[in-house]
Amino acid sequence: MLVSVLNGFAIGFLLFILAVGLSLVFGMMDVLNLAHGALFLGGAYLGAVLGGSWGGFLGALGLAALGGLAGGVLLSLMTEPLRRRSHLDQALLTLGVALIAAELLIITFGDDPLSAAAPPGLDGSVTVLGAVYPTYRLLIIVIGAVLALAVYLVVDRTRVGALVRATVDDREMVSTLGIDNRLVKGAVFAVGSVLATVAGVLGGPIYGARPGLDATVLILALVVVVIGGLGSVRGALVGALVIGQIDTVGRVLLPDFASFVLFGALALVLVVRPQGLFGTRAVAR
Amino acid sequence: MTLSVRGLVSGYDRSAVLGGVDLDLASGATLALLGRNGAGKSTLVMTLAGLVPVTSGSITVDGVELAGRRADVIARAGVALVPQGRRVWSTLTVGEHLALASRSRKGTWTVDGILDLLPRLRERRRQLAGQLSGGEQQMLAVARALLTNPRVVLLDEPSDGLAPAIVEQIAAVVTTMRSEGVAVLLVEQDLHLAFGVADEVAVMARGEIVHRVPTAEFRRDPDTAQRLLGVA
Repeated sequence: MLVSVLNGFAIGFLLFILAVGLSLVFGMMDVLNLAHGALFLGGAYLGAVLGGSWGGFLGALGLAALGGLAGGVLLSLMTEPLRRRSHLDQALLTLGVALIAAELLIITFGDDPLSAAAPPGLDGSVTVLGAVYPTYRLLIIVIGAVLALAVYLVVDRTRVGALVRATVDDREMVSTLGIDNRLVKGAVFAVGSVLATVAGVLGGPIYGARPGLDATVLILALVVVVIGGLGSVRGALVGALVIGQIDTVGRVLLPDFASFVLFGALALVLVVRPQGLFGTRAVAR
Repeated sequence: MTLSVRGLVSGYDRSAVLGGVDLDLASGATLALLGRNGAGKSTLVMTLAGLVPVTSGSITVDGVELAGRRADVIARAGVALVPQGRRVWSTLTVGEHLALASRSRKGTWTVDGILDLLPRLRERRRQLAGQLSGGEQQMLAVARALLTNPRVVLLDEPSDGLAPAIVEQIAAVVTTMRSEGVAVLLVEQDLHLAFGVADEVAVMARGEIVHRVPTAEFRRDPDTAQRLLGVA
C-alpha cells in the first residue's frame, strides 16, 4: 500500500510537470495542444537512447530541453494564424502535428518498446518504512516536488507570473497596456513544452518509451487539466496528485476497475464543478 | 488634434455598428458621449482601443495612423481604456495591477502618484482585485489606465452601479487628467457626472455622432436633450 501511495506521488508530480504547460496555454490562449504528449514521448526516447550513464542522462535532459524549446516556439507560431478560429481548428492542427511527430519517432526509434535505465547509483532500491522502494522513483518525487514548487512560486509570486495570470484572466486588457499577447503565449508555450520533454526524460525509467505512450500521457494530462481547472497552476498540481493516487492506489484496490475509477473521478468533477476544482470558468464548448 | 477620427466604420462579424464616425478631441479636452442603448457608444470606444476590428476609416493619435493596428500597438501610441464592467484581473493583487501597468510608458503618472490620488488603493494593495468592492475595482481600472501615461483616455460608463461618493472621486481624477493635458472621451449615463467634468457633449444615434455642442449650451436646451436621449 505504501508503495502504491509513493508511486502515486511519483506519477502525480510527473503529471504536474507535464500538464502545467498544457493548462496554461489552453487557459491563456484557448489553444488545445494535442501535440503535448508527443513532446513527452520525444523526451522519453532521448532518455532511453542516451540514458544509462550520468553523462547520457544529463545530456538527454539538455537535448530534451532544447528540443522542447524549439517545439514550443514552432507550435506557438503555427497556431497563431488560427487565433480567431475555433478550438476545433486549432486542435486539428496540433493533432496533425502529433500524428506526424509520432510517425517520425517510430521511423527513428523503431516500433519496439525501449526501456530507459536510471543513472548509476539511482538504479537500486532503498527501504522506506519497511517497504523496499526504487531509489529513482524517490528522486522523481523530490525533483517533481521541487519543480512544482518552483513553477508555482514563479506564477504566483513574480511579476512575470502576474503577467501570465493576467493573460489567462483577460488577455484583451493585457493588450490595452501595450503588451503583445503573442509574446506571452510564445514564452508560455516554450516553457510548457520544455517541461513536457523534460518530464519525458525523467519519466523514461518508469514508463519506458514506446509508440502510443504519447496518447496515454496526453489523455492523463487532459484529465488533470479538466479536473484542476483551465489555467490554474494550483489546480494542475492538485489534479495531478489526485490522478496519480487514483491511478496507482485504484489499480491495487480495484484492479479490474482502474480506468473506470479514473474517468469516474473526471465525470464526477464535470458534473459537480464543470469549471474544475480551481478554475474560474467552465470549459468552453 | 490629439485624437482624430474620420469616416470610421466598424462592427462585429459582418454587421457594421458604427456607420462613419467623425470625431476630434484636443489635448486637455473632455468630451461626454451620450446616447440611447445600442447607439454604438461602447462599440466606438472598443474600436478606438483596437478591440473591435475596423472596416474602414481613419483613427490618428498625434498624427499617427492607428486604424486596423493591434490593441497593444494602439496602447503604446498612447490610448488607454477603462472598459465597461471594469475588467480588472480577479486573480491579481492591486499591487500587481499597478506594477504591470507602470512598466509600459513612463511619464507623469507613477504608482506613488496614483496611490496618493486614490488612497483607498494603497490600503488594498495586497488584496486580490476579485475581492474588492465595485467602487475600488473602478478606481483600480482607472489607475491601471493612467499608469500607461496615455495621451487619450477612453472611459466607458465609469459610474455604473457606484455610490455618489465614489463617482465624485472619479470625477476628481478625470479633472486631474484634463489638467495634465490628457484628452478624455467619457461614455456616461450619469448626466450629473457628464455635465460636471465635460467641456463638450456629443450624442450618438444609430452608429453616428448626430449632435455636438459645449456642455453649457446642451444644458440650456432641454428640448434637444429630450429629443435625442429621451430624458430632460
